[in-house]
Amino acid sequence: MNSTQILLWDVLPYVTIAVFVVGMLWRFRYDKFGWTTRSSQLYERSLLRIASPLFHLGMLAVVAGHVVGLLIPESWTNAVGVSEHFYHLNAVALGAVAGAATLVGVAMLVYRRRTTGPVFAATTKNDKTMYVFLLAAICLGLVATMTGAGVLGDGYNYRETVSVWFRSIFILQPQGELMADTPLAFRVHALAGMALFMVWPFTRLVHAFSAPLGYLFRPYVVYRTRSASTAGNRTPRPGWDRTNA
Amino acid sequence: MKVMAQMGMVMNLDKCIGCHTCSVTCKQAWTNRTGVEYVWFNNVETRPGLGYPRTYEDQETWRGGWERTRRGRLRLKGGGRFKKLASIFSNPKLPSLDDYYEPWTYEYDTLISAPLGEHTPVAQPKSLITGKPMKIEWSANWDDDLGGGPEVISEDPVLVKIRDQVADRVKLDFENAFMFYLPRICEHCLNPSCVASCPSGAMYKRAEDGIVLVDQDRCRGWRMCVSGCPYKKVYFNHKTGKAEKCTFCYPRVEVGMPTVCSETCVGRLRYLGLFLYDADRVLEAASVEDEQDLYRAQLDLMLDPHDPEVIAAAQRDGIPSDWLTAAQKSPVYRLAKEFEVALPLHPEYRTMPMVWYIPPLSPVVDALVETGHDGEDARNLFGAIDSLRIPKEYLAELFTAGDTDVIDTVLRKLAAMRSTMRDVNLGREVDVSAAEAVGFDESTVYELYRLLAIAKYEERYVIPAAHSEQAHELEELGCSLDFDEGPGMYGSGPFGEASGMPVPVAVENFHALKQRQTSEAVLDTGNKRGRVNLLNWDGKGAPAGVFPPDPGKGS
Ligand code: HEM
Ligand code: SF4
Ligand code: SF4
Repeated sequence: MNSTQILLWDVLPYVTIAVFVVGMLWRFRYDKFGWTTRSSQLYERSLLRIASPLFHLGMLAVVAGHVVGLLIPESWTNAVGVSEHFYHLNAVALGAVAGAATLVGVAMLVYRRRTTGPVFAATTKNDKTMYVFLLAAICLGLVATMTGAGVLGDGYNYRETVSVWFRSIFILQPQGELMADTPLAFRVHALAGMALFMVWPFTRLVHAFSAPLGYLFRPYVVYRTRSASTAGNRTPRPGWDRTNA
Repeated sequence: MKVMAQMGMVMNLDKCIGCHTCSVTCKQAWTNRTGVEYVWFNNVETRPGLGYPRTYEDQETWRGGWERTRRGRLRLKGGGRFKKLASIFSNPKLPSLDDYYEPWTYEYDTLISAPLGEHTPVAQPKSLITGKPMKIEWSANWDDDLGGGPEVISEDPVLVKIRDQVADRVKLDFENAFMFYLPRICEHCLNPSCVASCPSGAMYKRAEDGIVLVDQDRCRGWRMCVSGCPYKKVYFNHKTGKAEKCTFCYPRVEVGMPTVCSETCVGRLRYLGLFLYDADRVLEAASVEDEQDLYRAQLDLMLDPHDPEVIAAAQRDGIPSDWLTAAQKSPVYRLAKEFEVALPLHPEYRTMPMVWYIPPLSPVVDALVETGHDGEDARNLFGAIDSLRIPKEYLAELFTAGDTDVIDTVLRKLAAMRSTMRDVNLGREVDVSAAEAVGFDESTVYELYRLLAIAKYEERYVIPAAHSEQAHELEELGCSLDFDEGPGMYGSGPFGEASGMPVPVAVENFHALKQRQTSEAVLDTGNKRGRVNLLNWDGKGAPAGVFPPDPGKGS
């Protein structure tokens, strides 16, 4: 492995994790007010009604696919009797549906952003940048999937290399050499993915990490007592908490 | 029994002249920012009319509030928790901007900068959403005073509901039309469906005074509360991506001042005060089977602050003694519970709204006088209530889920008060029969009259200040970054215009006033700080900054 490869596959992943984690914590501490979906439904709803669920549900399926494909070792699925061929067929079939939904969804979202006057007017530079990174990751991901499935080229079992590399990062024994020889599509997609996670904390994408699952478990009506820490409808910024002096 | 305190409001509709002062001053104080141009925490609707947003009362369409299941449980009409989360990516019941209206301004500048020409220059309307010229087609009260006529008005959801019953009596043609005004704010419900709809738990009811607020730091813009509220009194700030709503002017109420809308109400028809209620029974009351029992059930929740048992329980539950005293003097309690003349708006939504209304009687009196009758004679009045120009059925659909008997009783009480007081004023022998017919004795009539007609400021607004032991915590804290062009101040945080910190009310006031009082221009439109802020005006003298400095006095 040359030094570029070490940088890309052994070092960059940790940089990504650091930027992502520190960025999210920092954003949460200092910009709770900016932490929102910034819904644009008020401006336009007929396109959004189809585009947003299509994109999000597709995206959630894609995330699930990544979890299964990257985190679960091939030996485990083999051990429970799922053959490589069977796994592959399923992954390709489900992946194709999810990928198509995501792609169509995101295309509609971008089209909507560009063509609906009020939505376009409310689109910030930050949103545009975010979409560049998001689109890059999605499109390159599709190319990688097609490469893996043999639609482009002769197929490739990424679970033997990419997935092992991915897990190696989290057990702190990075095996960058596994990535060095994978097809270009996988390498570029991995880079786009890392880039996306590095900009993530600084865009509206943070909303994904506040998915309100707690709603299922809390009582319907929330009561709060005025307390020293929450005056009015605002929590003091860190370091500016009240004292009793 | 768990005793809790609730700030409540009563509005006496007889006195509303539809001047919209309340709406305008409220907007000045709270929603004159970008992102909430279309938002009126207080709005005044002409009834019959479509309301704001249009047809919001049609819950078969908008599905706000609660409904009772066949098994007797309460369920959000818009769907339970799973359904809410499943439809989070695109909320099926969110009104669009068109259902409110597209806010606009005029290009005033062309009026003075246009070159000399043959034609008078015009100020074109310009959308505040797109910045492009637009055609104005609707606004927050386009149908004010029945504007738009029968074609528009006949779509009033309340009218649609009762049309069959009163087809012969509801006339919309000009000479036979009826109307009255309905000022509306958030109801600060005991069983708020907005709070229940909020997936992130950012909305809450304050345990001390029942005011319902949105935590701006925890709101994530899922916009479910907007659909959840049947009164459509939570709004989405499209710039910040967060929900906002009527705050019951909590910074004022906490220091004992009335809300801005009450303070500035021209008709002096608003009353503010405390209710004590039994929090343990709210759900039970909101789930009674028959919609027409909801008003009673809600009334039964209100506890008598003079009852020794209630007092003991209140003390046990931590209600301070000055709050108890305030509850005993509360005008809203007296109007709603002692005299039973104030009614909740749309109790059938099952949210237990805490803004109560005294239904309007005056058109009857006028109608009688016009036909040559003595408009204040009780016998005439009682008879006329049945043939009211504002059909009882209409009022009943607004205030009692359709129970006309309750409306009838309330209107008779008001009529009895009028005729009794007329005897008093004319120095005639007082005929108590009318009052007795509605269960009042002479002194009760006099007390009701006092409260409705001549009550002074301190009697209309009985607001206990927040506990002194907490007072120092209430003033919101500013921080160094909030000043001047710091990231927290008025605008862009690090991630575009919506990020950063919300401007604390107190700091905003300070800047607004300072800037306004020291600025050169009469109205500095480009700068939000140039605006007049009524939030801390206490009703004495002119609000600071409303009038330009007197040039004669120098500076
Ligand atoms: C499960 C968690 C998530 C929830 C509950 C959620 C919910 C939402 C909601 C409510 C909106 C606002 C739609 C509107 O009214 O305009 C939104 C917008 C958006 N979300 Fe998500 N989201 C989630 C996860 C994600 C993920 C994982 C991504 C991308 C990787 C994503 C990307 C976006 C984008 C790009 C938009 C902006 C759409 C546009 O207006 O152009 N979301 N999301
Ligand atoms: S009226 Fe106010 S408290 Fe009641 S549901 Fe609507 S927003 Fe919530
Ligand atoms: S200020 Fe008073 S009288 Fe005027 S519209 Fe508002 S509630 Fe009615």
